[in-house]
Amino acid sequence: MGTANAASNMTVTYKDDVSTLDPAIGYDWQNWSMIKSLFDSLLDYKPGTTELTPDLAESYTISDDGLIYTFNLRKGVKFHNGRTMTAADVKYSLDRVTNPKTQSPGAGFFASVKGFDDASSGSGSLSGVSVVDDYTVQIELSRPDATFLHVVAINFASVVPREAVEKWGEDFGKHPVGTGAFYLDEWTLGQRLVFKKNQNYYHAGIPKLDQITFEVGQEPIVALLRLQNGEVDIAGDGIPPAKFLEVKNDPKYAGAIVEGSQLHTGYIALNVKMKPFDNLKVRQAVNMAINKDRIVRIINGRAVSANQPLPPLMPGYDPDYKGLSYNPDAAKKLLAEAGFGDGFETELYVANTDPQPRIAQAIQQDLAAIGIKAGIKSLAQGNVIAAGGEVDQAPMIWSGGMAWIADFPDPSNFYGPILGCGGAVPGGWNWSWYCNESIEKRAIAADSMTDPADAEKRMAAWRSIFTDIQDEAPWVPIFNEQRFTMRSDRLDGPDGIFVDPVHIPVHYDQVFIKEGQ
Amino acid sequence: MTTYICRRVFEALLILIGITFVTYVLLYLVPADPVRQIAGRSATAETVENIRRQLGLHLPFYEQYWNYLSALVQGNFGRSYIQKTEVVELIRSRLPASLLLMVGAIAAELILGLTMGVISAVRRNSATDQVLMVVSFIGVSAPQFVVGILLLYVFAVLLGWFPIGGYGTFSHLVLPALTLGFLGAGWYSRMMRSSMLNVLEQDFIRTARAKGLSKARVILRHAVPNALLPIIAMIGIDIGIFMSGIVVVESVFGWPGIGQLAWQAIQRVDIPIIMGVTLVAACSIVLGNLVADIVALFVDPRIKLR
Amino acid sequence: MNILRELLARKLGLFGLMTVSFTVVVAILAPWITPYAPDLQLFEGLTLQGAPLPPNSQFWLGTDLLGRDVLSRLIYGAQTSLIIGVAANGVAVLIGSVLGVTAGMLRGIVGAVLMRFTDLMMAFPALLLAIVLAAIFKPSLWIVALVIAMVNWVQVARVIYSETVSLAERDFIDAERGLGASRSRILIRHITPHLVPSIIVFGTLGISTTVLLEATLSYLGIGVQPPIPSWGNIIFENQTYFASAPWLVFFPGFAIVSLALGFNLMGDALREILDPTMKGRH
Repeated sequence: MGTANAASNMTVTYKDDVSTLDPAIGYDWQNWSMIKSLFDSLLDYKPGTTELTPDLAESYTISDDGLIYTFNLRKGVKFHNGRTMTAADVKYSLDRVTNPKTQSPGAGFFASVKGFDDASSGSGSLSGVSVVDDYTVQIELSRPDATFLHVVAINFASVVPREAVEKWGEDFGKHPVGTGAFYLDEWTLGQRLVFKKNQNYYHAGIPKLDQITFEVGQEPIVALLRLQNGEVDIAGDGIPPAKFLEVKNDPKYAGAIVEGSQLHTGYIALNVKMKPFDNLKVRQAVNMAINKDRIVRIINGRAVSANQPLPPLMPGYDPDYKGLSYNPDAAKKLLAEAGFGDGFETELYVANTDPQPRIAQAIQQDLAAIGIKAGIKSLAQGNVIAAGGEVDQAPMIWSGGMAWIADFPDPSNFYGPILGCGGAVPGGWNWSWYCNESIEKRAIAADSMTDPADAEKRMAAWRSIFTDIQDEAPWVPIFNEQRFTMRSDRLDGPDGIFVDPVHIPVHYDQVFIKEGQ
Repeated sequence: MTTYICRRVFEALLILIGITFVTYVLLYLVPADPVRQIAGRSATAETVENIRRQLGLHLPFYEQYWNYLSALVQGNFGRSYIQKTEVVELIRSRLPASLLLMVGAIAAELILGLTMGVISAVRRNSATDQVLMVVSFIGVSAPQFVVGILLLYVFAVLLGWFPIGGYGTFSHLVLPALTLGFLGAGWYSRMMRSSMLNVLEQDFIRTARAKGLSKARVILRHAVPNALLPIIAMIGIDIGIFMSGIVVVESVFGWPGIGQLAWQAIQRVDIPIIMGVTLVAACSIVLGNLVADIVALFVDPRIKLR
Repeated sequence: MNILRELLARKLGLFGLMTVSFTVVVAILAPWITPYAPDLQLFEGLTLQGAPLPPNSQFWLGTDLLGRDVLSRLIYGAQTSLIIGVAANGVAVLIGSVLGVTAGMLRGIVGAVLMRFTDLMMAFPALLLAIVLAAIFKPSLWIVALVIAMVNWVQVARVIYSETVSLAERDFIDAERGLGASRSRILIRHITPHLVPSIIVFGTLGISTTVLLEATLSYLGIGVQPPIPSWGNIIFENQTYFASAPWLVFFPGFAIVSLALGFNLMGDALREILDPTMKGRH
C-alpha cells in the first residue's frame, strides 16, 4: 500500500473555479467527487462500481411494506471539528436539504419521504425522519420507493454538523465540515484548494494520500501538457479533443490512459407536442436518418453509438434491443407516408459550447439528406433549458452539454425527470414532452417493488418500459459517452477508480502513490 | 476647476445608476429562468416557486430593481445564485488578476507604441516609417482572439518561451498583456508620431539643435516628454477598451480575472454576478474617462471647461 | 470622382481599396469559385479517427473538424463579414447621425437627455453589452447585425453631435436664421452637407470595427449561427485544435485582419482627404 510514503500529495487541475463544497448545493462535474471525499452519506458505492455498500450506516432493515427504513449508524464517527456524529445529525441534514431556504437542487430526490410536501412548501418539516436513539435513524416513506437506498447515498444526503452550518450560514459551502476522508485545509478563490487527510477517518487505511491539491483556472490543454511534464497528476477536465488522438496513439501513454463507461446518454429530444413531431412516423424517420457512427467519429471515437435511452452500464439496459438503425431510404419512405414527402422546416436547439454546435451540424446534415431542413439555434445553456421547458418553443433539442449523467445508478433516474409525466411540465426537463399514462403506471409499479428479492423482476419491468418508450421514439439516442482519464506515472490504484461511475471523475479516497516515487 | 470636477463626479454617479438600470432591464429580458438553474432537474413546481419567492424574483420588475438598488447603496452586491458566495468576495478574488493584466497591457502598449511612434517621427517618410505605419494599422485591425491564439502558437507551442496559459509568474503575464496591449500599441504609435512631428517643428527644439546638442539627446530630453503629455491623458480612456478585451483575452489564456467570471455567469444566468462585474467595469470606465479629462485639463489648460 | 482619384494616389489608401474590392469580388463570386459547398461534410475530409486534414492538393486550405473544405467556408465567410459589416455599420451610422444631429439642432432638454444617454452607453463595456443583447434575442444573421449596430452607434452620435453644434454656431448659419430660414431648411441646406465627410469616413472606418466585433461574437459562440460560415465561428469551432491543426485558425484569422485592415486604411485615407475634425478613435 502506498500509504507508507511520507506526505504523499497529488495535484489535480480544473478549468473552472469550484463553485461550492456544500453537499446540499454542489451539483457539477468538479465538486461532485470532492464533496464525496469531504462528506459521507448513510450508504456509498464500492469503489469503481455501481454497487451499494454501507457507509455511515453499518446496517439497515426495510419493513415488509417497503415504507420504513431503519439505519443503524456506525459508532464513534467524528466530524472534522472533533464532535461525534449521531442520529440527530442525520435528521438535521435531511431536514436542511429539503428546506426550501437551503435552495438545494437535490431536494426533489427526497420526494418519497413522508412530510416532503410540507417541508418543501415551508409549512412543516420532514416528519418521516425520526431519531430512535443516538445511533438509530428511522425514515418513513409516503410511498414505496425502490430507489430510496440510492437516494440516501447521494451527495445531497450527506451528513453535516448543525453547529458548523449555523456558524457559516450561506458560506458553509466555502467552509465545509463533514466526516469524510479528507478535510478542507485551504481555499484560495480562483486559484487553489488543499484537501488534507482526515487522521480519524473510520475506514482503516483510507484515504491513501496525505494531501490533494486542486489547482483551478487551468485550461485543459495546459493541464495536459503539465501532466506530460510530470507537474500534475490528474487533469480533472479530461483529455482535450485536440490532444486526444496524439496521446491516445502514443504508446508511451498506453498505461496512463484509463477508459471507462459512464451513465450518460446523448440524445435528441423530439417535442411530441409540436408539429410534425406529434407524428410517430416522423419521429421514427428522424431516428433512422442520423448516422450515429459518423457522429462518434467526429468526437474521435470517445463514445459508443446508442439505440435506447439507457446506457449499457445502467442496470436495465437491454442488450438485445435492436431499435431503429441508420437507413436514410427507409426514413424518407416513412416521411412520405406521414405526408412529408417534400420534407419540412424545423429548429434544432443546442448549447453553444464546443463540441455541441459541431455535433448539431452533423445532425443537421443527416436530416437534410431526408429533406428535413433544421435551423440550428445555438444558445447559452440556460436559454436552451428555458426553451425546452416551454411546450411550444423547441421542436428538437440536442442534449449534449446539459443532460449530464445519471444522478445514481438506477434506471428510474432516467425516467422521472426526463421522460416521465412529472418532467413534462412548464419549466421541466422532459424536453420531448412525452407523457404516456400507461407507461407512467408501469413506472410507479416498478418503483414500488421494494423487496430486494424482486430486484430482477424490477429490472425486467424497467427494461421493457424503456424499450417500449423507444418504440414510440420521443428521443433519438445518439451515443453513450466514454470517459478517458489520464494519470501521471506516480499514481496507482485499480483502473476502476480513475473512471469511477459514481465518484466522478476520480475516486480520490482510493488513489495512492506508487512505492518509491 | 473644483466645481468642474465636482460636477463631473456627480454626472459620473448618475451614469452609473443609469447603467445599473439598463443592465437590469436587459437581464430581465433574457429568456432564461435563473430559478430553474438553481432548482435542478428533479425539483417540484412548489420548490421552484419557493426559491423564486426567496430571491424576490416573483416581484414586479420595478420592485426587484428598487430592492437591488437599495441593497447596492448599502454596499451589498448580493450573492451569486449558483455559488451562493458574496459577489463582492468573488470580484475581490478575481479583480487583482484583471488589474495586473491591464497594468501589463498598459506597459506593453506604451513601450511598443511609443517606441514605434518615435522611430516613425524621427525617420519621417522613410521605409521604416511606412512599415511601422502598416504595423500600427494591423494592430488596430487584428481581433484580440486572433492575436492571442497566434502568440500562443508561436511563442508557447512552437518556441516554448512562455507557458501556454495560466497565472502566477511574470512569464505567464507576457503573452496576455501583449495581446491586450497590441491594439493600443497601434493607436499610440500613430498618436506619438504625429505628436512628435508637432513638437519637432517647434521653436525650442530648433533652438536646442542650434545650440549644438546631439540629435538623440534633443529627442529624448526635449521632444519625447513634450509629445508624451497628450498621450498620458489617453490611458484613462483605454480602460473602456480593456474592459471589453479582458473577456476575450482571459478566455484565450485561461486568466483567472473578472472577464472569465462574467462570461461564466452569463452562461448560467447568474444575474448578481453579471450585475456586479458590469458595474465594476462601468465604474472603471467612468473613472478612467474622468481621470483622462482631468489630466487633459492640466496638460492643456486651453481645453474648454464644459 | 475627385475623392476616388485622391484615394488612388495614396499608397496605403489604394492598398486598402484593393483589399476590400478583392474581398467583395470573392464574396460575390462565391457560388462559382468555391470547390465545395461550404456546409458539406465530406467523408474523405476527416481521417478515420476523426481528425481534420492539413492543406493538400484536394483541400487547398485543409478541412475542419467536420470534414468541410476550409477554403469554401472562408470564401462564403466573406459574404457574412461583408453583409454584417455593411448592414450593421450602416444602421449604426444612421442611428448615430440622426441622434447626433437631433441633439445638436434641438439642444435644450431633448439634446441634453439624448447626449447623457449617449454618455451612459459610452460607459458600458461594449462587449458585455453585446453578449447580453445576443442572449436576449435568438441569434440570426440580422440579429447579430442589429446587436452590433446597437453597440456601435454611440461614437458616431458623439462626433456628429459636436460637429452639428459647432456648425450651428457659425456665422453664416446665424445669418440664415436672421433671414428667417426655417430649422429644416438650415438642416438640409447647410448642416447636412457639412456632415457628409464625417459620415463617409465613419461609414468606411466603422465597418472595420463591425467586422471585428462580429468575429469576436462568433468566436465566443454567440454570433452567426452554424452552419453559416463566419470567419469568427470557423475559429470558434476549431480553436481547441489550434496546436495540432493551426491552419484552422491561421487562415480565417488572416482573412479577418486583412479585411479590417483594408477598411481601416481606406477610411484613414478618406479622413485625410476629406479632413473632418474627428476625435473618435477607431
